[in-house]
Amino acid sequence: MDVKTGLFYLFAAVLLFAAFRVITARNPVYAALYLVLAFFQASAIWLLLRAEFLAISLVLVYVGAVMVLFLFVVMMLDINVDSLRQGFWKHFPLAAGVGALIALEMAAVLMGGFRLGEAPRAMAVTSPNTSNTMELGKLLYSEYLYPLEIAAVILLVAIVAAIALTLRTRKDSKYTNPSDQVRVKARDRVRIVQMPVTRAAEPVAEAAPADAAKENKA
Amino acid sequence: MTITLGHFLSLGAMLFALSVIGIFLNRKNLIVLLMAIELMLLAVNMNFVAFSHYLGDMHGQIFVFFILTVAAAESAIGLALLVLLFRNKSNINVDELNSLKG
Repeated sequence: MDVKTGLFYLFAAVLLFAAFRVITARNPVYAALYLVLAFFQASAIWLLLRAEFLAISLVLVYVGAVMVLFLFVVMMLDINVDSLRQGFWKHFPLAAGVGALIALEMAAVLMGGFRLGEAPRAMAVTSPNTSNTMELGKLLYSEYLYPLEIAAVILLVAIVAAIALTLRTRKDSKYTNPSDQVRVKARDRVRIVQMPVTRAAEPVAEAAPADAAKENKA
Repeated sequence: MTITLGHFLSLGAMLFALSVIGIFLNRKNLIVLLMAIELMLLAVNMNFVAFSHYLGDMHGQIFVFFILTVAAAESAIGLALLVLLFRNKSNINVDELNSLKG
């Protein structure tokens, strides 16, 4: 048993433990933090598999961006955990059955004549001085150029959708409308009122009661 | 004893089964459901990377790259929907999402 095997078992054990805690943690913040741990372990396992670029982008994209988003949302919402935990173990027999079924099916496939025990084949285009990132980039920007563009469009759509969904216009905010400002005419702003030059004085009706009130106060 | 492809596939299967159990257990808590989906995608990515290494084919890693992209977009939109849901209903209980029920 060499070092690589030991490292694999270590990372796999911590990964499974973290995944178990993600689904059973009481507080969603703890669940998010355990998910960070799980992503770190998966990234270490991918390093063992010599997928260096993907391992680092997993840490950057997931731990750096997605999990921070998760933490923001968890901390922003005021979640009542107790009402969400009601009947938590009620469906456990069904869940355990389905989980065991998946594991057994996968075990049946792996036991029955799947080509295991095979040494890793060398990459087809590997030469000693090309890195994993370089090979990935060569494939990505030649053969997979259109899928890459589509992925970029998907990310753009995600940005627009996320902002449009959560945008809230305040009713009391004062803002200028530029198109109205450009199209405004002089008659919209200035109102010319025709008034006579002189006007007869109106008779004063309340003079006598006002004087009476003053006298009462005095 | 060296690690084989079967080790990585078993790890992926166990991770996937754990996340399925998590979806059943946390069926009321929408945010943990999203986390379980992320774990499922991680299990699938693990299989892709393992096959890519043991078959000597870079195309598996390209697929992982695209899955990462789509998963990031999915979680961003999912969390935006979650915030919107919380704003309208003041909780994120999946059982109460029955406004369309007749």
